[in-house]
Amino acid sequence: MELWLIPLLPFVGFLINGIFGRRFSKSLVNAVAIGSVVLSFAWVLKTIAGMGDLNSSVTEHYFTWISSGALNIGCDFFVDRLTIVMLLVVTGVGSLIHIYAIGYMAHEGGYYRFFAYLNLFMFFMLVLVLGANYLLLFVGWEGVGLCSYLLIGFYFDKQFATNAGNKAFIVNRIGDFGFSLAMFLIFRNFQSLDFAAVFHQAPGATEQTLTLIGLLLMVGACGKSAQIPLYVWLPDAMAGPTPVSALIHAATMVTAGVYMTARSWVIYTHAPGAMDVIAIIGVATAFFAATIGLAQNDIKKVFAYSTVSQLGYMFIGVGSGAFSAGIWHLVTHAFFKALLFLGAGSVIHACSGEQDIRQMGGLRSKIPITFWTMCCAWVAIAGVPPFSGFFSKDAILLAAYAHSPAIYWIGVFTAGLTAFYVSRAMFLAFFGEYRGHHHPHESPAVMWVPLAVLGALSLAGGFLFNVPEFLKFVFPAVAEPENHTLMYISVAAGFGGILIAAWMYVWQPGMADALVSVFSAPYKLIYNKYFVDEIYDATVVKPVVGGSRLVLWKGIDAGLIDGIVNGVGGQARGVGSVFRLLQSGNIRSYAAWVLAGGVVVIVVMGIAGGLR
Amino acid sequence: MMTAVPISWFLTLSAVLFSLGVAGFLFRRNIITVFMSIELMLNAVNLSFVTFSYQHKEVAGHILTFFVMVVAAAEAAVGLAIILTVFKNRATLNIDDISSMKN
Amino acid sequence: MDVILFLIFAAIAVVCAINVVVQTHPISSALSLVGVMGSLAVLYLLLGAEFIAAAQVIVYAGAIMVLFIFVIMLLNAGAEARKGRSYMVQFLGVPLLIFFLGLAAYFVQRMFPANTMVRFGGFTCAGTQTGESCGGAETVGRALFKTYLLPFEVTSILILIAIVGAIVLARKELES
Repeated sequence: MELWLIPLLPFVGFLINGIFGRRFSKSLVNAVAIGSVVLSFAWVLKTIAGMGDLNSSVTEHYFTWISSGALNIGCDFFVDRLTIVMLLVVTGVGSLIHIYAIGYMAHEGGYYRFFAYLNLFMFFMLVLVLGANYLLLFVGWEGVGLCSYLLIGFYFDKQFATNAGNKAFIVNRIGDFGFSLAMFLIFRNFQSLDFAAVFHQAPGATEQTLTLIGLLLMVGACGKSAQIPLYVWLPDAMAGPTPVSALIHAATMVTAGVYMTARSWVIYTHAPGAMDVIAIIGVATAFFAATIGLAQNDIKKVFAYSTVSQLGYMFIGVGSGAFSAGIWHLVTHAFFKALLFLGAGSVIHACSGEQDIRQMGGLRSKIPITFWTMCCAWVAIAGVPPFSGFFSKDAILLAAYAHSPAIYWIGVFTAGLTAFYVSRAMFLAFFGEYRGHHHPHESPAVMWVPLAVLGALSLAGGFLFNVPEFLKFVFPAVAEPENHTLMYISVAAGFGGILIAAWMYVWQPGMADALVSVFSAPYKLIYNKYFVDEIYDATVVKPVVGGSRLVLWKGIDAGLIDGIVNGVGGQARGVGSVFRLLQSGNIRSYAAWVLAGGVVVIVVMGIAGGLR
Repeated sequence: MMTAVPISWFLTLSAVLFSLGVAGFLFRRNIITVFMSIELMLNAVNLSFVTFSYQHKEVAGHILTFFVMVVAAAEAAVGLAIILTVFKNRATLNIDDISSMKN
Repeated sequence: MDVILFLIFAAIAVVCAINVVVQTHPISSALSLVGVMGSLAVLYLLLGAEFIAAAQVIVYAGAIMVLFIFVIMLLNAGAEARKGRSYMVQFLGVPLLIFFLGLAAYFVQRMFPANTMVRFGGFTCAGTQTGESCGGAETVGRALFKTYLLPFEVTSILILIAIVGAIVLARKELES
């Protein structure tokens, strides 16, 4: 099967571009970077074709990585239907975004570095998806976190970009700590980290153990997939270039948490308490982020909070037991969110770097291709039937209703909010009169072709890829009531959101400002993201930094350790300076000391009984 | 009282002479006097060697005394040559003034 | 008789030794040292060490002390001036000396009970015929050339080195 080729091709691309890219021409860098990802995608297709009816999974063992006592970790790759879905999304959407990035980054410095990092990211993401044990997954997990840091801080001369990169990495570390604890527990209880072995033994473990493992895994997922309380890095990650936001922070990396949770479904189905927690966190995040997204003015920030909110939806699906629904939403979200981000990139490129939607307007006529492709994503995310977003969101909400009606109602309301804020962004950017100062121009073909492809996928993806059908063999069956009433309600919420946004921003343009002045306090709250960053800063960051500086640095390091080391040296010097006085250069004092020594020796010998 | 001398008297005499030699070494400032105190010490030690040789009825003590004398002669020759050199360089025979190896 | 001889010459030795230490002019010290050596030679005779006694007079008193006197006269060393003393040496040295002396005397008394007596002519060795004193030249010579041949030869080299050293040091002096 040669599964190793799938991640290796982007890695080779990274090596070539990373080491030699400085001397390459732009087209050579492109060829290496894009070629490696496209080849990887082709190899994925070949693997699928070679797997027959896909009912059996393929495991390939390459070498034993760790063999220490009871711990036996091999470098194994594992492909089943879930893996196939993830592989197609990662390599397929990844290829499209790579192609887009050729046009977007054409005028940026560090061109080869960008593509090298992007290829490295693809390598780690593929390792994450293909890994057959938790440790290999974790390797990919950490690797994508590293690449995320490198790419967010790509414009390293901008302070806010490097700060955002640090923030992403550090917040992710907190999640990784939970993940590590979960791995320790898994190993302790099941003596293995291989998926096959763990899932075979999991039903035999106590529910408490499984709940604890599940919760700790969820902590890791909260960090990587930006759920409450570790979501704060994702909005700041918009400091990176837009293709990065599309690939990493919309389509692939942030979905790693959902993938990992879905992969561990055996553990979760036997720990209903953990699943409840996941669903609650998911719905809370979805609602919370959607409210913040209502008031943002930076187009990328709107979509960033939208990502957080949609990830919450995926966790609602997973937490309600509908694993395949969650994965389906992952797939459709990859399509339309990547499209939204790439389209936003196209808009920003057209407006020569402007990101504030209040400075846009009337772009419908100026950049039509971008407009129409983004419309495809718009209707998909709003849940308008029969487009892709409708199917996946509906599946999740139905499953949520079966699990807990309260989650369903909040989810429906959030769907309305989602439709509202995306529509707001679209109306403000593309309709009305142009309020900016630049000359918008359409993007080159290399940028709008991927947009078109993603647009088609957003529209038709619901029909083309019936993911739950596909994944029926992987996940346990969930009783989904075919309740048409619920479906109508969620669709109505979506339309309602669009209509209200149209009313506020197209038909009655002044209404938005009037509402803001009436509800100024709540508006301020959501505009400032509920001051969560400030709260974290005051309660967590400042105490840690202050404690670190005062106690650990000044107290222990400079005071204690340096004190000991310098003290030893100082003591040696002190003793030496006392002994130095013996060297008076006066022969007679030397003789006196010799005599004293002789007397001491005689006395000691006498006491010790040597002189009898 | 007796016709023979107890052996401890010889050793006590040796100790007294040795102490006098040390006293001269510690308290005199003239280099040559210091050197002569060293010779005094050596003589005291010679006396104790011969005494022990008598005690054990061995002739080895005498041999050792002989060698001590030889070494003392060699040492006196070289040491006095050094004193001559020091005197030529420093023009002083005061042992306290020859302390350039201080600290 | 032996006791009286011992007491007289021991007294002479001690007095001359005190004189060595106390006198200000080096010549006086040197001559007192000659006196010490002479009395020590008599004591050696008492202990039956005839060869050593002769060597003491010839080598020590006759050669080494003459060398000392030559150097004193060459350097024209005068009487020692009474200048400031090193206090540390005084404070450390005097009590130490007295203590040392007391210690030595105590141990000597304790370790050598008065059962071994020294008598003139009492030094007879095991290997020789009974009644013959073995501190003479024959016995010493035999031991020196048979048992202790190697050290004997080495000391000859030692003397050679001393000669060379003394000549080099002194010659450089006289030239410059």
